[in-house]
Amino acid sequence: MADLVQLLVSGIATGAIYALAALGFTLLWQAAGVINFAQGEFVMLPAFAMLFGIAFGLPMWLAFLVACVLAAIVLGLGFKLVIVDPLIRHGVIPLVIATLGVSIAVKSIVRAGYSAEAHPLASPFPSGQLSLAGVTVSYADIGTLVLAGVIVVALQAFLNKTVTGRAMQAVAQNTDSARVLGINVRRMVMYVFVINAVLAVVAALLITPTYLAKFDMGDSIGQKAFFAAIIGGFNQTRGALLGGVLIGVLENLVGFYVSPAYKEGVALLLFLLVILFRPEGLLGKAEERKV
Amino acid sequence: MNASVRNTAILVAALAALCIGALFLKRSDVYLLNLTMVYLMATFGLNLTVGYAGQMSLGQAAFFGIGAYIGAILMKMGFSFLLVVPIAAVACFVVGLALGFPALRVQHHYLAFATLGFNVLVFLVMRNEEKVTGGTYGISSIPRPTILGWSFDKPLAYFYFTLFWLVVLGGALWWLLRSPWGRAFAALRDNPIRAESLGVNITAYTLLAFAIGAACAGIGGVYYASLVEFIEPGPFHFSTSLMMLLAVIVGGSGRFFGPVVGTIIIILLPEVLRGSALEALKFMQKWYLVFFGVAVVALMIWLPGGILSVADRFRRPPGVAK
Repeated sequence: MADLVQLLVSGIATGAIYALAALGFTLLWQAAGVINFAQGEFVMLPAFAMLFGIAFGLPMWLAFLVACVLAAIVLGLGFKLVIVDPLIRHGVIPLVIATLGVSIAVKSIVRAGYSAEAHPLASPFPSGQLSLAGVTVSYADIGTLVLAGVIVVALQAFLNKTVTGRAMQAVAQNTDSARVLGINVRRMVMYVFVINAVLAVVAALLITPTYLAKFDMGDSIGQKAFFAAIIGGFNQTRGALLGGVLIGVLENLVGFYVSPAYKEGVALLLFLLVILFRPEGLLGKAEERKV
Repeated sequence: MNASVRNTAILVAALAALCIGALFLKRSDVYLLNLTMVYLMATFGLNLTVGYAGQMSLGQAAFFGIGAYIGAILMKMGFSFLLVVPIAAVACFVVGLALGFPALRVQHHYLAFATLGFNVLVFLVMRNEEKVTGGTYGISSIPRPTILGWSFDKPLAYFYFTLFWLVVLGGALWWLLRSPWGRAFAALRDNPIRAESLGVNITAYTLLAFAIGAACAGIGGVYYASLVEFIEPGPFHFSTSLMMLLAVIVGGSGRFFGPVVGTIIIILLPEVLRGSALEALKFMQKWYLVFFGVAVVALMIWLPGGILSVADRFRRPPGVAK
């Protein structure tokens, strides 16, 4: 029983990190119609940025902030201006292919230009564990849950309570109507790209202490983000959260009770089951095709 | 008609040059050409899925691997090469149907995700099921084919053997695409909703295209196993699938010879750079994937139809009277 509770807590913590990456992924899809296959690399690059910052002598929090600013400029604005804007008119597939190209290029730059090794990053949370009624939970898991929870709640509040946030939702739901209503669509889409980049930095901060910074670390987290987004429902922000947490928890349970070797296959099986029985995702709404 | 006669002549000349040229090449160069041809079997099949059925597949290396492992295991048990190839093809075809069915009920990117996840899973099975696959140690001393007493063990003999069957496979795909059945693919890719209203069963056709593409990869896998004589999970990682997909797109998806150009770029060119004596070219090899990734982005922006579509840029647009 104690095992189960521990597995659930650490599974939810890992799932919360997947959810952060998936959240940015769904936001990009809703607001800009972009499927970003380089999402995993958007987590990998900030991890190295923070690593460099700390090696440069910056304290953790400052390295994190610098990474946020850099990511907002390069992975947010830069990604939109250089890759997405020239390509979006060609349709979804060329853009998807271009993000695959970005993913390969970025991974290879880190590998050829810096290192193919895995590098440790200090955890932002104290080490050690909390014991309560026979259940031990690491501070890192608690910290991850709290930080991810705060970010998600803050993002939801921003999207639902502020004028800018509601304008962004309007753009996501119907771009043309939003434009008619006088919303600056370009600016709102820009914000979405920046938010996606910053969410990726937070995911990097939380996942790198456990999974290490490596040029191909994005492969796994990127995949989990796609699957989480689809399982939960591609057009629902809440869906990404549910999908992420489901994957995190089930991976932990399968890893412990079935076989650690097949942990990575859990997300695929869950995804196949979901698209067989509920193709729009657990919380998603079915979309009509346009002629 | 004139153009098709000219194109056939070019193709025959190129094949003849390849056959004769191979006699004068170093052993390692023959091996590289052979490797390129083996990958070409898989990318020809992928072009069917990507270029003609308009779907993205990121799991071609998994089918390539399934073919390679089936080939390695059965050939070591003493099965004849010519029997193993259809077994691998059918196995990949069936797996392709089973994987494609759920994914293709929903559109586009879902097949990409499903195949990507499938590739990860297949890789795990290859690595973990040591009793069958040999795990990370792989399977070694895979035999080359002997048919009717003729041994194709020598590099040059196996090269001609692969080339012959590659041409047969390419011919079969060419025939398939020219048949009424194949023309439905083009209708499907260009305007799925119109094709559907004309009575083309989109899901069935797309699924079939994907499964045939998977079968081609399975066939390529058997030839691969026999060529390298040793297999382990590494080459069947999903990053290979990614490169295969990009090869098709970069060469020109939906163009019959697009995969030829693309496969040369991803398989042959980096090896040629690695082998070169010039320092500058060696530097290129280390940064090859960086150039490649950037080139893919640039190509998508300026030439989304791939390298082979460059000629169309300078031709008169279709529909203009001659």
